[in-house]
Amino acid sequence: MATDYEIATKQGAPEQNGSAPVVAVENVFKSFDGHKVLNGINLRVKKGETLAVLGRSGTGKSVLLRLIIGLNTPDTGSICIHGQDIAGMALDGMSEIRKRMGFLFQHAALYDSLTVAGNVAFPLEHHRRDMSRSEQSDRVRQLLAEVGLDGDLEKMPSDISGGMQKRVGLARALALEPEILLLDEPTAGLDPISSGEIDELILKLQRERQIASIVVTHDLHSAKTIAGRIALLDKGEVVIEGPFEELQQSDIGFVKEFLKQS
Amino acid sequence: MSSSELTAATHINPQPPLRQTTQMPTVATSSSRLFNGFFEWFGELGIFSWRVLKAGVSPPYEGHELVRQLDEVGSKSLPLVAMAGSAIGVILSLEARYSLTRFGAKSMFPATLVYSVVQVMGPVITGLVVSGRVGAGMGAELASMKVTEQIDAIEASAINPYRLLAATRILACILMLPLLTLATDACAMMTGWFTQSLVEPLSFHQFISSGFKGATFNAFLPQTFKTAVYGLIIGLIACFQGMRTRGGAAGVGRAATNSVVLASLFLILADVVLVKFILVFFP
Repeated sequence: MATDYEIATKQGAPEQNGSAPVVAVENVFKSFDGHKVLNGINLRVKKGETLAVLGRSGTGKSVLLRLIIGLNTPDTGSICIHGQDIAGMALDGMSEIRKRMGFLFQHAALYDSLTVAGNVAFPLEHHRRDMSRSEQSDRVRQLLAEVGLDGDLEKMPSDISGGMQKRVGLARALALEPEILLLDEPTAGLDPISSGEIDELILKLQRERQIASIVVTHDLHSAKTIAGRIALLDKGEVVIEGPFEELQQSDIGFVKEFLKQS
Repeated sequence: MSSSELTAATHINPQPPLRQTTQMPTVATSSSRLFNGFFEWFGELGIFSWRVLKAGVSPPYEGHELVRQLDEVGSKSLPLVAMAGSAIGVILSLEARYSLTRFGAKSMFPATLVYSVVQVMGPVITGLVVSGRVGAGMGAELASMKVTEQIDAIEASAINPYRLLAATRILACILMLPLLTLATDACAMMTGWFTQSLVEPLSFHQFISSGFKGATFNAFLPQTFKTAVYGLIIGLIACFQGMRTRGGAAGVGRAATNSVVLASLFLILADVVLVKFILVFFP
């Protein structure tokens, strides 16, 4: 008997497009202190595609992102980035892959000893030594303008709101012009206008730079707007994966309940 | 005890056997947990040290961060070690003068003070003062970065946190401790001489030449440069405790406390080995 994931995969987009996925999560299991968090996850994201990962709190959505960027390692299963399995990869080897990825943390994780501009400049200072100081400053200003914070360059992270911190985190994630963007609740704590601006920015990146994105969110409206596909997680498993319309038509009880409550 | 006696005893007082079976595993479990925790800590420290060493010797080198840490560990600790050294000089001067006068060896005062400061007090006092200031600071800073995911953010930005955060801090401690020790020694000798000269006028030149009379490099240099090992201990323990922190604000507090306590303890233990080592190899 086919599992929900298998049915969803057959119905959904992952195998239909011939191009190779830039992120491929295959049968990944992850436990913490004997508590199963991810229970056989399979996901694929191609270039220019945005996948939204939804689910109840504590279902392992953030853990999934941390596994993809290599901050945690899966117990079993493989995670391939651009065709390279990152499980067990050394830190310096992983760094080469991470240079092509951007990560926005759930609570932004800004460096509290650096200014807003310093935070965004941090990856540039370490990886773009070919850029002059003034080029780096211009790039920082441009990135902060994209997220609507061009007037707050010299403020410290503690002096700005949570929503603004999120936007600085997003600007920092975009600093190295990543090919893959991992966003952990990018619109949480933002007002509807800022939230809409972030969604617009993600769509723009998808359109202009063909960035592959995985967005963990609780915001169904945002997921509908930015993502071509939505994966719904429950108890560490993908219950359904496909376009939003597919979720609407699903007969699975959890999916119906989730959509009703969202 | 026969089986019938055992049955009878159990019948009279059925509780003791039950208590034995429940208590013994508890004691055994907690002992084994303590034992495991002890070796786990050293195992993790070994892995951490290897990662830091590997990251520290391979490019890209974090020169800017190293300079920042040299300033943080060195320049900013200087006033503190200078004050500690000055106080030690006064104390040693008062104590030594009293004791040497009692035994009729007052002429030995400069040499006693110089040897006490350079060979024993200067290195240990510097180590303990820096352990308190820098160990707690580093432990708390890194722990706070850990619990707020800033270290993860560094790693996610394709920067090796062992290189950027740990290797630079440890190297700064290794380089700065001998220099700070020289500052402590100098301050202690100055105040020691000053205190003495208040009671019995003695020129500084005379004090120094008589204090270092017959001294060889072996008598002073190993004692000063052994503090590089103290620096290694302080930096390594503070970074290790900070970067393995869990559990929010309480975890940060624990990391800061543990950094100071463990660094000071290991520093004194290491001194036992280092003193013996120096006596054997630099007689």
